[in-house]
Formats: sequence, structure tokens, C-alpha cells
Amino acid sequence: MNTYFIKRFIAMIITLWLIITGTFFLMHSVPGSPFNEERTTNEAIQKNLEAYYHLDEPLIVQYGNYLSALLHLDLGPSIKKSSQTVNEMLGRGFPVSFELGFYTLILAVLSGMTLGIIAALRHNGVVDYLSMSIAVLGISIPNFVMATFLIEQLAVNFPIFPVATWSSPKHMVLPILALATGPMAIIARLTRSSMLEVLTQDYIRTAKAKGLSPVKIVFKHALRNALLPVVTVLGSLAASILTGTFVIEKIFAIPGMGKYFVDSINNRDFPVIMGTTIFYSAILILMLFLVDLAYGVLDPRIKLHKKEAK
Amino acid sequence: MEKILQVKDLRVSFSTYGGEVQAVRGVSFDLHKGETLAIVGESGCGKSVTSQSIMRLIPEPPGRITGGEILFNNIDLIKLKEPELRKIRGANISMIFQDPMTALNPTLTIGEQIMEGIMEHEKISRAEAKKAAVEMLQLVGIPSPEARLKQYPHQFSGGMRQRIVIAMALVCSPDVLIADEPTTALDVTIQAQILELFRDIQKKTGVSIILITHDLGVVAQVADRVAVMYAGKIVEIGSRREIFYRPQHPYTIGLLQSVPRLDIEKAELVPIPGTPPDLFSPPAGCAFAARCKYLMDVCERVYPVQSSLSNYHHVDCWLQDERAKKLVSTLV
Repeated sequence: MNTYFIKRFIAMIITLWLIITGTFFLMHSVPGSPFNEERTTNEAIQKNLEAYYHLDEPLIVQYGNYLSALLHLDLGPSIKKSSQTVNEMLGRGFPVSFELGFYTLILAVLSGMTLGIIAALRHNGVVDYLSMSIAVLGISIPNFVMATFLIEQLAVNFPIFPVATWSSPKHMVLPILALATGPMAIIARLTRSSMLEVLTQDYIRTAKAKGLSPVKIVFKHALRNALLPVVTVLGSLAASILTGTFVIEKIFAIPGMGKYFVDSINNRDFPVIMGTTIFYSAILILMLFLVDLAYGVLDPRIKLHKKEAK
Repeated sequence: MEKILQVKDLRVSFSTYGGEVQAVRGVSFDLHKGETLAIVGESGCGKSVTSQSIMRLIPEPPGRITGGEILFNNIDLIKLKEPELRKIRGANISMIFQDPMTALNPTLTIGEQIMEGIMEHEKISRAEAKKAAVEMLQLVGIPSPEARLKQYPHQFSGGMRQRIVIAMALVCSPDVLIADEPTTALDVTIQAQILELFRDIQKKTGVSIILITHDLGVVAQVADRVAVMYAGKIVEIGSRREIFYRPQHPYTIGLLQSVPRLDIEKAELVPIPGTPPDLFSPPAGCAFAARCKYLMDVCERVYPVQSSLSNYHHVDCWLQDERAKKLVSTLV
């Protein structure tokens, strides 16, 4: 088991390194730099600035410098927001994004799975069609439309919740709802289809023949087997939700991580681009690892350590 | 002999896009205490539907029991509601399915799967249930049962899994065990072991067994009585001797002739030509008429009256009619 973790850890590091290298060189091969915008800067000043941020050195040297700083977990300074380091920006933005994403995930998973299970059990019934219509709506309505709709109805027309910002639990309701609809719909559809498949399996018939109650059949025999596909999408879904969503954070003026992703690219703010990409990749890799662990727990046939299986 | 289960004129239909399929068209038989009744017939003859109807396990819809009675201890199972049926399933009537590879839940230990049945029906502690499960595994011949209880289905071979399925079905000591092709998915040596196990268990527990199969070899080994099904009806039923040595229905004769024999030199394998009728619109007369070499005019128009050759031996065929017998004797 330990050798598995070690191997897996090494693989994760290599993956991350490949992402870093790819992003670094791609980023620098795109025309433009942090200092040539519409506003023309004095050439001497620009030279000085580039020298200050070591942008005048050969690319390979810059790459080496970046990697060695990264080994000390230093993501470098932001070029555009000169008084801040990337570490500080992430340190401030991520907890907020994580909080929003965490509640969103819980809501999406619970409601999505409930809808999916009910739909599967009432296959081709009214409830099934109703919940699947909701799911299709959830998938097809973009979350910024959902967000503005929610704001108009629940903050303006009926002022139950605040319009924007992020300070009290009451402020969290609308963004969480807006962000959760899409993932909820995806999870509901997935749960439904995989439940439907599992419910036709022979072992479900065996369970019925034992005289078990429908509740036991669904929760003990069917659900666990139906969870595998859901867990699979959950990994990447979780990574993208937890690290912030630009649109929702922008609409609700939430000081999360999402805006750094987008702003940094527009500004060619190299250290921030690198920092956010690495951070997102690390979270994604971690989530995928957790998904693999979950497989092993859910299905005893999946062995994480291959040696013993032989 | 005491009748533990009586099936009277059972009719089951399935509604499909093409129309209504009459899968079972009036099946009647009795099951006596402690006996093994084999139901044989080719694929699609309704033998599995019959057995699943007894447990009320056919999916409704599309399936529907359109008529008849299934009397178990004088209770009509067709009239029971789900919660009452659940008390009978597994406790009084158990079922074993064809494929042991898929009949067990891959994510639960076999101990859990055996114990949950008994814990559902009897008020006993986990420890007692575990003891019962260990005893069951011993009964079906699984070595070191305590350790095996903690294992998952994929850690067992096919034959072992079928033993576990049998243990699961027997853990509540049911009165009736329905085995739907229990050996079809197993290789021949394992088949023999499992059949041996059935005989052994019946001797020890006195359970009545309904064995669904298309394998006459299996029937010859374990059945006390045999019912031959064709196109949703039982066309001949009798003791094993009667069916194997004095078969009366041309279909039964055809089935026996189409079994390869090693004991007779140059024994010819005679297949039955044709295919079973379409059960969307079953024929008015005998369903076998189109494939029967003794076909008479009456066969296609009127379903034969049942003739009894002994207390147990009944056959639905016009050849049993006095007039047909006379005709045959004049021809020969």
C-alpha cells in the first residue's frame, strides 16, 4: 500500500512539473508582455522594469529561476499589483472561493443524487420526467443567467436576500444556488442513468428474492454500485468549483480566486498566470487522487496496490 | 403426499411494443413436500416466467399475472400485497438464479449477503445471524467458512459462488426452493457437484425443490417428477420414470431423441424441426401441431383434452384419444 502512495506521489509531481513547464513556455510564446499595453511607456522605463522582473534574461534562465523559487513555495510577486505577492493573492482569494465551492458542492451532490435516485425509482413516471426536465434546464441555463434571475427575484422583487457581497451566511445563499444548479443537474442525470442500469442487475433481483424492503435494496445494494460514475465526475467538478468561478464571483462581487485567473491572462501578469494554474492543477490532481481512493472504498474489486492482486 | 404448493391455471402476459405476449397460458401443477419437480422446456417456453411468478418477481409492468391461483399453505400468493409477499420471499420460498457470477452483489461481503436475509425475517442478533451463516456455508461445503464470510464474491470461483447463492437461499430454512437453471452457467464437473449438493440438502432439510432446466441430463439425476413445458403450457407431466421410459407427447419424445447418447452405438440425434409458435397470437389448437409428425386435423383446431395415464402421468395430446389410437392401429 505504501509503495502505491509513493509511486502515486511521484507521478503527481511529474504531472505537475509537465503542466508548469508547458504553461511557462506557452505563456511566453504568446505575443505581448505585462508592459506593452495601449499606453506607451518610455523605452528606458520599460527596460528598467523588465530588468527588475528579470524578463530581459533568456527564457531558459527565467524558467530555472521560477522553478527554484517554486521549490521554496514562492510563487513570486504580481507584476500588475506591485505591492502583492501571488502567494498573498491566493491566500486571500482561495478561502473565499473554497467556502463558496464547498457549500455549492454539498448542495449539488445531495440534491442531485436525491433527484437522480427518485427519478430512477419512478422510471418513466411523472416524477422522473419532472426531475429530468429540471436537470436539463439546470444544464442548459448558464449560471450567469441563473444568477441574475435569482438576484432579480429574491433580492430585488422580494428582498429576502442581499444582492451581492460576501459577509454573512445570508449573503451566501444566492451565489451558492446559482453555482449549484449546473453541477446538480449533471449529478442528477448521471445518478439516474447509473441507478437505472444497476437496478436491472441480477443481484438486485437476488436481493428482492430475499424479501428485502425497497429502501434496503436501493441504499444497500444499488446506490453503492451506482456511485462509481458519479464519483468519477465529482473529482474534476470539485476542483473547478472549489477554485472559484469567475462569472459568479464577479456578479456577486465575491473576493474569491476566480478573478485572478482571468485578470492575470488579460494583463500578461506572468507570475499570477503561473500561480493560479499551478494551484488549480494541484487541486485537480489531488481530487483525482481522492477519486481513485474512493473507487477502492466503493468497489472491493478495484485494488489500488497491484502487487497484492497478483 | 402433502401438497406444499399448488399452481392452478396460471396465466402471465407481458405487454410489449409489438403487442401482448402470452408467456404462460394456463399452467397447473402441484409440488409435494420434500420432492424435486423439474420443469423442462426450450428457451422461451415460459418456464422461468412460471417460476418467477411464484415468487411474484416478474417485473410488473410490463409483466402481468392475468389469471390463476398460486396456493402456498392455502394462501393465494397472487392476491397478496408487496409487504406480505416480502415476508414470504426468502423465508418460505427462496430462489436461486442461473448465473452465480452476477447474482451476488460485488460490493458486499458474502457474509453480509447471507446474513441480511435471515436478519430481515427473524428477530436475531448479528452474532446469531453470523453463526447461522457459518453453518450454512458448512452445509454447502465451503471450507473455513468463518474466514470466507469476510470475503467478496470476486474472490470465489463460479462453483463456489453457486454454493454461496444456495446457502443464501437456504439460510431461513424455506419450504420451497426454486432453482432457475442453477447449473447452466457452470462447467460439467462443477454441475455434478452442485446437483449432488441439492440431493444432499434435500435429504437434510426436507425442502421441496422446483428445478427449472433445459438439460435433461440434470433432470435424470435429481428430479422425482418432471413437467415438460411448451409454448406456455405444460404438455406432459409425470414421474421421472414415466417421462423418460414412457413419454407420450410427441414433444417429449422429440426432446429425448435430441439428447446425444453415449450408451447406444450409432444412436442417431434427431432434432425437432421448426421453431416454437409466436406467442403474440398463440394457435387455437395444440401449439406443437406445426412441428408434430403425428399431426391430425383436430390438433390445429382444438386444444387437446388432458389424458391421465396414471395418478401422476398426465399428457395433453390428441393421440391419447381412443379414436386416434384406433386409427393408428389400423394404419400399422
